[in-house]
Amino acid sequence: MTDSLAALPDATKGARVLEVRLRIGALASVVVDSLEFCWPIATEGTPLEGARMVVKTIPVVLHCARCDADVELEGVQSFRCPRCDEPSNDLRQGRELEIESFEIDDGPAMTKETRDVVGEMA
Amino acid sequence: MTTRIVELRRGILKKNDELARGLRERYAAGGVLVLNLVSSPGTGKTAFLERTLRDLRTSGWRVAALVGDLETDNDARRLAASGAPVRQINTHGICHLDAEMIDRHLNGWEGVELGGLDYLFIENVGNLVCPSSYDLGEGIRVALLSVTEGEDKPLKYPTLFNSADAAVITKMDIAEAVDFDRELALKNINEIRPGIRIFETSAKTGEGMGEWLAYLSEARGRKEV
Repeated sequence: MTDSLAALPDATKGARVLEVRLRIGALASVVVDSLEFCWPIATEGTPLEGARMVVKTIPVVLHCARCDADVELEGVQSFRCPRCDEPSNDLRQGRELEIESFEIDDGPAMTKETRDVVGEMA
Repeated sequence: MTTRIVELRRGILKKNDELARGLRERYAAGGVLVLNLVSSPGTGKTAFLERTLRDLRTSGWRVAALVGDLETDNDARRLAASGAPVRQINTHGICHLDAEMIDRHLNGWEGVELGGLDYLFIENVGNLVCPSSYDLGEGIRVALLSVTEGEDKPLKYPTLFNSADAAVITKMDIAEAVDFDRELALKNINEIRPGIRIFETSAKTGEGMGEWLAYLSEARGRKEV
């Protein structure tokens, strides 16, 4: 994941990352507790060090042919339509393992003093 | 402090997925059907594959295998006894195979060209979790389960079973001795992957192998690889 930072646009290079938002599907084989445990260790010494990790869990969505609708499953123990009980292999969502976004800090904050100076100059 | 949000929407396994796409194109160009065998350690992947390689070779098919393990080339030596070309991939601690490892081991595999094969089998590292996230460009993913493992294994590892194209139950010759509940196992597999083809096999007695080989033959025809 720290490699994925390379995909950030050039303009953001060198910026401090405050938060990383992840989308993790219920079928992604990722244990969020383990990820949270590893996070400080894996990010140490990288531009992600100190960043918060926020996980959004994405439930499984199947397409039910009988209902002709996308239906959300509560768990991953039965791949049937919760409305009509029809089995379905048409998975529409739930395998995600993605970085959704980064929140970055572009640089040193303008202090009140700086703002005052800028204001006077203007 | 000036903060902003940078939208990325990038898959964490994007690099693997891109490599897998390249592999899939290579397999198609070579006209080879690739199968990725995934199970727990001890299910009997190697015994099942030994038998499969031997039976396919007897029928005149050109087959080869890549076999992943953390350490040792014991499995490769066992499989090579079938007469098929076999190459060991040692992951040295990594619990799954990824597309880069496959790519690297296909390159420079002496005497083996994808274009000269009908089937390539990839025996994954024994693990039911991580291999399910790594696409190897395979045409068919096979989840294996032995009669000694408990009928609820598919419910415990839904990610793998849900991503499989076929399921193989191994060690059927000892099913009775271990009180294997066949109906329950079939029901659980179907609950996670409705309608999946299931083969009940024994590498020892040859039970179910005919049906499995017929499936492999059909799959080659169907995929028109």
